[in-house]
Amino acid sequence: MDEVKVIEIKKSVFEDNDKDAANLRTDLKKRGVYLLNLMSSPGSGKTTTLVQLINRLKDKIRIAVMEADIDSDVDAVKIKEQTGIESIQLHTGGMCHLDAEMTRQGLDNIPLNNLDLVILENVGNLVCPAEFDTGACRNAMILSVPEGHDKPLKYPLMFSVCDLVIVNKIDVMPYFDFDLEKCKEYVHMRNPKAEVIPICAKTGEGVEKLADWILKEIKNWK
Amino acid sequence: MHELGIVFYIIRDVKEAAEHNGVQHIDAVVMDIGEVSTIVPEYLQDVWRWAADREDLLKGAELKINIIPAVTWCDSCKSEYATVAHGIKCPNCGSDKTWLLRGNEVEIKEIEIKNN
Repeated sequence: MDEVKVIEIKKSVFEDNDKDAANLRTDLKKRGVYLLNLMSSPGSGKTTTLVQLINRLKDKIRIAVMEADIDSDVDAVKIKEQTGIESIQLHTGGMCHLDAEMTRQGLDNIPLNNLDLVILENVGNLVCPAEFDTGACRNAMILSVPEGHDKPLKYPLMFSVCDLVIVNKIDVMPYFDFDLEKCKEYVHMRNPKAEVIPICAKTGEGVEKLADWILKEIKNWK
Repeated sequence: MHELGIVFYIIRDVKEAAEHNGVQHIDAVVMDIGEVSTIVPEYLQDVWRWAADREDLLKGAELKINIIPAVTWCDSCKSEYATVAHGIKCPNCGSDKTWLLRGNEVEIKEIEIKNN
């Protein structure tokens, strides 16, 4: 019989990424750039929300957007056309998430010294992006009304890593059995400190509050 | 499908360990995977086969997966229970003040090398 030699490793697969992410955050802090990681399901209204938000913020602060998608550049084009701000497209090459190294490579293509805020639009998915720390200063996610108020129960990790939960499409709340109070309760069960901001990206309702949240965050980061 | 990304991380880590220990070929990699880690073991095995066989160090290497059962702690009645069977509500007292104790590990436990 073959003799088997065992070498113990005992290492979390996420350990290296967590270190890269921490280093990236330190760099961003030094440069005074605030990076927001925005996550959601496909179709929750991420890009529409961004357009609304950017148009409210672009006269006050300097912004850039990084769009992460498995393929295509439709979101990056839409952002540039509708807001006029710099937007770059990152392709994950089949991968369902971004990690800290990919995020850093994306940031290398942006003139960071002239910016206050970079928004990273992560791949539309409620599972994988939550596993990988991108190095962002804060994590935000958009939950849209048609998805249901019980999502925090079904995707506990996503909600436990998010500092901000944006509830989008509140204009259609009467047509869905969406209970905003229940939703808040479930979010706080996973993360008592998470902020919940209801908005309607289509009409602009609540977007001002979202803009204020971000401005306050940036002020505290610098 | 974050299993593919996970496999690339595993390969990077075991390569490093092999180099450090002067190992030429690894015959098996043993993983501890939590029951609620969001990793699907079958997918992980599939992408492992594809990715490992592209590396001389890992050609034919087996991926052995130990599943770590998920256990939740109830802070209200100070008890532990099986996460998958009961979810976030404590089956003993009905409280939802509960925290996952273990079960979300994605850890490389060890590597095995056969001495021929």
